[in-house]
Amino acid sequence: MIEIKNLVKRYGSNLAVDDISFTVNDGEIVGFLGPNGAGKSTTMNILTGYLSATDGQCLIGGVDILQKPIAAKRKIGYLPELPPVYLEMTVREYLNFVYDLKKCTLNRKKHIDEICDVVKITDVQHRLIGNLSKGYRQRVGFAQALVGNPEVMIFDEPTVGLDPVQIIEIRNLIKSLGKNHTVILSTHILSEVQAVCDRIVVINKGKIVANATPAELDKLSGVSSRSKLKITGESDNVIAALKTVEGVTDVELSEKCPEQDCNIYIVTGDSSEDIKKKIFFTLAARQMAILSFEACSSSIEDIFISLVSKNYAENVSDTKKDIGKSCEKESDDTVKSDVDETEETTKADETEEKGEDN
Amino acid sequence: MLAIYKREMLSYFTSPIGYIFMAMFMAMSGILFSFFTFLMNSTSVSTYFTFLIFIFIIVIPLLTMKLMSEEKKLKTEQILLTSPVSITSIILAKFFAAFTMFGITFIASEAIHFFVIGRYTENINYPEVMGTVIGVLLIGGAFIAVGLFISALTESQIVAAISTIAAVLLMICLSFIANYIPNDLLANVIRWFAILSRFSPFTIGILDLASVIYYISLAVIFIFLSVRVYEKRRWS
Repeated sequence: MIEIKNLVKRYGSNLAVDDISFTVNDGEIVGFLGPNGAGKSTTMNILTGYLSATDGQCLIGGVDILQKPIAAKRKIGYLPELPPVYLEMTVREYLNFVYDLKKCTLNRKKHIDEICDVVKITDVQHRLIGNLSKGYRQRVGFAQALVGNPEVMIFDEPTVGLDPVQIIEIRNLIKSLGKNHTVILSTHILSEVQAVCDRIVVINKGKIVANATPAELDKLSGVSSRSKLKITGESDNVIAALKTVEGVTDVELSEKCPEQDCNIYIVTGDSSEDIKKKIFFTLAARQMAILSFEACSSSIEDIFISLVSKNYAENVSDTKKDIGKSCEKESDDTVKSDVDETEETTKADETEEKGEDN
Repeated sequence: MLAIYKREMLSYFTSPIGYIFMAMFMAMSGILFSFFTFLMNSTSVSTYFTFLIFIFIIVIPLLTMKLMSEEKKLKTEQILLTSPVSITSIILAKFFAAFTMFGITFIASEAIHFFVIGRYTENINYPEVMGTVIGVLLIGGAFIAVGLFISALTESQIVAAISTIAAVLLMICLSFIANYIPNDLLANVIRWFAILSRFSPFTIGILDLASVIYYISLAVIFIFLSVRVYEKRRWS
């Protein structure tokens, strides 16, 4: 179990992590999602005790990483962005080193054999890590995190640099780990989160934007449901008809198929209301036949972009307001200066100030 | 701590650096030894040991330059710093690995030297030699701690090596510099810090407690500073 409470990390004046809190329960796989520079790696580095937090608390299985670092670190298996492997060692030497470093008590040979088997590096275990490909190094990094069978696993972008087959293997591995470990993984590959995670924490600019299951996220994001319809008839008339339907917010002509005498439309509607029936009856009444009706469920990419850009848009509108305010002030000034009296007084004030300065 | 120590020792021998260090140390000390004994027709070895300290300017950085800097550059330090070991034991393991390399090479080369000279003369004062060897080991330990500290400050091995050369050179030359300082008080302060001025008791076979404590505390201070460098990096 991982508990993060009001975590803050400041690099000088730069706020990398801004008061985030969330919990990862036992046996849960949580995806930590965000654009580059959002604070994912910083949070993970704090969780693993590599960095210290400016403020807040991180509990690993109930143990505070700042107060009792050694006890907390025993419970963690960590795979950083770059696998921390020594290039001049063989895989086996390296895993033996990690075994000693973590002060494991499990049967050494059996435990390391098992790990090699799980991440499929048994056939390269006597080769130098420096001679291995990126994918294999990543697996060795994985193996390192598994040594000692820690209860909490933290993976920072675990599938970067792997080929598609390896990616699927690693994802399956993470899924199987999730059954009896607490797993948190960061990524910016969205399909990965959808494939692997039970819950998603989206972070942007150091703040949590969303913390929900993939299904909940769908609603949270405010991406309304969209449908793809194939309808016969004159396009202008159809669009006009569709717009009269209650709950439809936008209609778009996406494709024309003149040979079938029909067009394809994308209809955006309120997701809370079931507008399919209404559309059907409205169009039927006007002799417009619906040839196909396809719901395009919003992909996680759309959700992510909408969440992150919503956040962005808020910031932009804030700055716009500020600019608006300063414009008002300026116009006020011009109004004042039009009045002769005020101008004179200000001039007098200025001369006084100058005099004092001298 | 033992795991890190073992890995560090291994890395000296899986890369050329350990062999380069041993070869350079043995060659240079061998040349110095034959020059100050056989060529000078002398059985006194204190001059040899004093000059031996000068080769530390070149050989100590070989041992210390990559200790911390390489791990920082290759990000392998992340596994050390996220493992259940304290920063102090990481630094100590690294220090003792470098010190072991230095100690074994030094003692091995002296064993050869005194084995050879022992076949020609029986006039060697062995207690005096033992005292000097202990003194040289202590000085080596202090220099290794300085090198370790400098290596902890940078990501580049080259920068670490050159800075360590400069630092060791300065520490050795302080006693000469002190001679040219007109202000007596300042000169005495500098002499107090000078490595070489505290070495003379060892060369006549005296284990001067003050000097022993001086060298050990120098090493402890720089090990402590290295730990602080890592602590600070976590917080900034």
